Amino acid sequence: MAHRIEISSRILDARAHVLKEKLGRLGIRNIDDLSIIDVYTIDADFDGGKLEQIASMLTNPVTQKSNINKPQSPQKFDFAIEIGFLPGVTDNVANTTKQGIEDLFKQKLKSGDEVYTSQIVFLTGTLDKDEIERIVSSLHNPLIQRIINKTNTQFIKDGGMGIGVPKVKLIDVPVADIVPIIDASDEELAIIGKNGIQNKDKNGSRRGPLALDLSYMKTIQSYFKKRERNPTDIELESIAQTWSEHCKHTIFADPIDEVKNGLYKTYIKEATKKIRADKGKDDFCVSVFTDNSGAIVFDDEYLITDKAETHNSPSALDPFGGSITGIVGVNRDTIGFGLGAKPVINMYGFCFADPNDNSPLYKGKSFTQKMLPPRMIMEGVINGVNAGGNQSGIPTPQGFVVFDERYKGKPLVFVGTVGLIPKHINGKSSHTKQARKDDYIVMVGGRVGKDGIHGATFSSEAMDAGSPATAVQIGDPITQKKLSDAIIKEARDRGLYNSITDNGAGGISCSVAEMAKECGGCRVKLDTVPLKYPGLSLWETWISESQERMTMAIPKDKWLEFSDLMKRRGVEATVIGEFNDSGKCVVEYNDKKIMDIDMDFLHDGLPPRPMKTTYTKQKYEEPEIPVPHDLTQSLFLMLARLNIASHEFISKQYDHEVQAGSVIKPLHGKGRVNGDASVTRPRLDSNKGVVCSQGINPSYSDIDTYHMAACTIDTAIRNAVAAGANIEHIALMDNFCWCSSNEPERLGQLKAAVKACYDYAVSYGTPFISGKDSMFNDFNGYDEHGNKVKISVPPTLLISSIAVIDDVMKAVSLDAKFEGDLIYVIGETKDELGASEYYAMLGEERQKKRYIGNVVPVVDAKTNKKIYAAFHKAVQNEIISSAQSVHRGGLVVALAKTAIGGMLGIGIELSKLSGTWTREDFALYSETQGRIVVTIAPENKNAFEKIMHGNALANIGKVTKSSTFAVKGKDGKTIINTNISDLMKSYKSTFGGY
Amino acid sequence: MKKPKVITLTGYGINCEEETKFAFENAGATADIVHVNDLIDKKKKLENYQILAFPGGFSYGDDTGSGNAYANRIRNHLWNEIEQFAKEDKLAIGICNGFQIMVNLGLLPATESYGKREAALAHNDSARYLDRWVDLRFYGNSPWIKDLEMISVPIAHGEGKFYAEQRVMDTIKKNNQIACKYDKGDMYDYSMLEPNPNGSIEDIAGITDKTGRLLGMMPHPERAVHFTNLPNWPLLKEKYKREGKQIPKEGPGMKIFRNAVAYFE
Repeated sequence: MAHRIEISSRILDARAHVLKEKLGRLGIRNIDDLSIIDVYTIDADFDGGKLEQIASMLTNPVTQKSNINKPQSPQKFDFAIEIGFLPGVTDNVANTTKQGIEDLFKQKLKSGDEVYTSQIVFLTGTLDKDEIERIVSSLHNPLIQRIINKTNTQFIKDGGMGIGVPKVKLIDVPVADIVPIIDASDEELAIIGKNGIQNKDKNGSRRGPLALDLSYMKTIQSYFKKRERNPTDIELESIAQTWSEHCKHTIFADPIDEVKNGLYKTYIKEATKKIRADKGKDDFCVSVFTDNSGAIVFDDEYLITDKAETHNSPSALDPFGGSITGIVGVNRDTIGFGLGAKPVINMYGFCFADPNDNSPLYKGKSFTQKMLPPRMIMEGVINGVNAGGNQSGIPTPQGFVVFDERYKGKPLVFVGTVGLIPKHINGKSSHTKQARKDDYIVMVGGRVGKDGIHGATFSSEAMDAGSPATAVQIGDPITQKKLSDAIIKEARDRGLYNSITDNGAGGISCSVAEMAKECGGCRVKLDTVPLKYPGLSLWETWISESQERMTMAIPKDKWLEFSDLMKRRGVEATVIGEFNDSGKCVVEYNDKKIMDIDMDFLHDGLPPRPMKTTYTKQKYEEPEIPVPHDLTQSLFLMLARLNIASHEFISKQYDHEVQAGSVIKPLHGKGRVNGDASVTRPRLDSNKGVVCSQGINPSYSDIDTYHMAACTIDTAIRNAVAAGANIEHIALMDNFCWCSSNEPERLGQLKAAVKACYDYAVSYGTPFISGKDSMFNDFNGYDEHGNKVKISVPPTLLISSIAVIDDVMKAVSLDAKFEGDLIYVIGETKDELGASEYYAMLGEERQKKRYIGNVVPVVDAKTNKKIYAAFHKAVQNEIISSAQSVHRGGLVVALAKTAIGGMLGIGIELSKLSGTWTREDFALYSETQGRIVVTIAPENKNAFEKIMHGNALANIGKVTKSSTFAVKGKDGKTIINTNISDLMKSYKSTFGGY
Repeated sequence: MKKPKVITLTGYGINCEEETKFAFENAGATADIVHVNDLIDKKKKLENYQILAFPGGFSYGDDTGSGNAYANRIRNHLWNEIEQFAKEDKLAIGICNGFQIMVNLGLLPATESYGKREAALAHNDSARYLDRWVDLRFYGNSPWIKDLEMISVPIAHGEGKFYAEQRVMDTIKKNNQIACKYDKGDMYDYSMLEPNPNGSIEDIAGITDKTGRLLGMMPHPERAVHFTNLPNWPLLKEKYKREGKQIPKEGPGMKIFRNAVAYFE
């Protein structure tokens, strides 16, 4: 029978206090009092004495009190809302409690015995039905959580909340179904490909998308025709996973127009190849594109790895679960690099809709399947990376937030991880690995459940009413931390395995089949795979994306030592098969063969699907706007915009100092301004540092995706250079998040952007080392009036840059340092305001819709490269006092950040600014690339100007002691006059309440 | 002189063991990172060490209360060894999650005897994880903080609000067991942030046991071992350079680790 332990706080509960304030901000102001009770439901036979022991283990006697099987409630309350998880959803606190109970009694719980956690929120106040509804919906996500909602009267009548046990009940029989396809019509094949294999139930429901189009289905059909049999469901599901856009990146791989070898090979890979050849002996790339991360040289002994991923679709459904699995997932791309790298830096990037947008969206017709509102998505995503990054002990110093209404259907959640790995381990190079014939296939880490079914095929499709909720997973960072420590810090250096890879999309179906390529085949015994609960279908076990798992190849003679080590570290490791050289991927269940596919077909059988593109350049109306009469007011409004404002509330809740290597932090200067690059010392015994930065400019895609990509590359490089990076040692990563990638126009936009990646990477000599794409970021559903809508994200490219510097003491922060310092702008300023933040702001003010215009910034790589090299020389000579890359919002925003950062005044004379700009407001807000705002000590004037000689350079003003921020216009008249504290107020007010 | 040996515990989500080891070794000790299960399995022995460090981290994901589950594991398997260690003329430190573990084990404040929980580290007033720098003013006679008056170090925690009942507070104060409090110093002058980051009563950041040999603190001195760890180092560097002064290499947190090593000299 189930027992319920309820724990309340005896002291002021900060969680309750903060929740009450949060609800207040949502407009629910009639809550007089709010308290929280934590509930542990123990579904096991324990006597009173043992329950007492368990309760005392869970209760802090200094601050809490507990009741066993006797409801607790505050003296006075009007409503009680209990929130728990749905069956099968990862419940980390419950897992810890279970371990605690087993440790306490030194005895394993019986099979079927479980622990579940929930929370009761008690509310006092006069609240109407609508308000209770709003509270309930803001407290839980119906996809993963269950809720019980009672009034005081009901609570008393029922004697409490009752005992709910969300046990998983599955009755699937473990057999592989035959799917009749060899005689199927094209029509039937298409339906199976789109909606999935038919279940054997009465209403003919289907299992969810395989995302296999007709040409793929026909290829599969003819493969099985030749073998004179139909495939099993597990075979078909397995092929679907392996061939998914998510895994095979067919849009980047297949022929497109005249580009026969596809975009990736022709532009991305080729750029790197050319750059490496050009660099010759100075080539710093070590492993590019082949592994879970890319790697470059750090020093004589170590490599630095880098990888960025997205987790967009899951984050739209369950923002917390989506982003936490995103961040711990990309950590596994580090752990799974070579023989295993140690994660040392996390990065994030979020694209959201305006959190104040309250108009609902629905996935289903007639107002069904309501999507989560932007604010809840934003808060959940931020919390997910908080939990994942902080609990894993990996610093998160670098990230950005971008807002656009077109991220309302699907947010973009970028996550990245940098790793550190010795070049050689046990005398062998660490970045190569090979599973060998007869090695055990070993699954390490978490168990397999129903969570994350069809993640790979799901993210290859647009989101609509059929999107499966089982695609949602919740991460368990501590299970992964134990796994990571045991492997990276112990097993790796003892040489206990031959190969390792991450279990990400497609679960073991992809990781095992992928690793089997290293030796030529595999045989898996599916009945040995450890499950979270009984009753999973075989195909589900094979493709489930349950988190925190790695797949390893372990030589038989090392297995005992490996297994013993994992046991002693509390990590589950199970032999699930053997690698071989049979040329086949075979899966058995209780010795019966349920999958038998040729490795060649599985990996390379998919036929190319040539694509055709078109690209129509949009011509927008050129906004005719007079120069605003009050440019001071404009500056206030600009600094408060979602895309410009401080996101300090995120920076400070992400631990950016763990591992003790923090050098340039996310917040700069006395005024704590968000920087554009971070610097980290990954080896505490060395002065070398890693500079990380990012560039993203989705709004430019409205005008031209080629220039969007060029600006994005320039921004990512420039941000790193401004912090002290040397352009000769910068590597890049590309993350394309596109939309409707089956439409020729969208593909045309893609092709242009990828071409720019080649052109600019080659010009700058900055190789791509890794990348990822997500091609269908579209939402198909209904708006608040029930009208059909399609919301596609703007074509978005994230470029991440990573650089190694020799001496972290030469890194540069953006804050002005001393009164009297000279302010310079490096680079020319042109009238490039197309799709700028300034145009967006003016348009929204005047016509409730942003202006776009047509003159997007164009990058002159040759000129800029010269600037970046000269600037780096000045950095090396330590004559730069502060530096700030100019990007979104233009020059005046960069100047404002320099001033706020230093809490010092600034006096600027715009007449001195070089370039072809024509209007004062354009000079202030143009987003021309290639510019850096610099302050230097006056005594360095000559040295600095000498180093920068031959580059556009203008001494436009001085840092002043007064707190005045003043800009004089062309004719010397003051056009902006304000003070630092007012600027700071604007800059920090937008997210002040978060 | 023989270098003191430090045992830096790890396992189950502890994550600051490497930088803690680095800080101790930088101060002249030798340090081993030991998984708690290796102590339980008797593969390593606590008695072979002079300094015990419970590093920071997220043991068991803070589930059931920060530090609680890890403390239970130690209580279930290692209590006798730990108590013996505490009673000898040796040193122990708990940093952040390590402090939470020591408090849950009743190693701190231990106003009567080791083993009884008398204080708690509750949720920050903001109910949110927070990473920032603070200034600490030191009190009492613990060997860990010898000759320390004020230093700046970072905090990074979600549950760091020190709490104890009045009776315990009175005893702690009477026994000089307060080791450090959040106060206004260099970092306040720099950032103007509220000195107390979490709502701790009486601004308490760290306490000792009655002997002063056991120290627990929420802030992270091991994250302040390099000059470049300071948030204002770019400004200080520029200042020292212009004044013609030497630019330091070391961060303020090192002093605590040097004190510990010096205790055994």
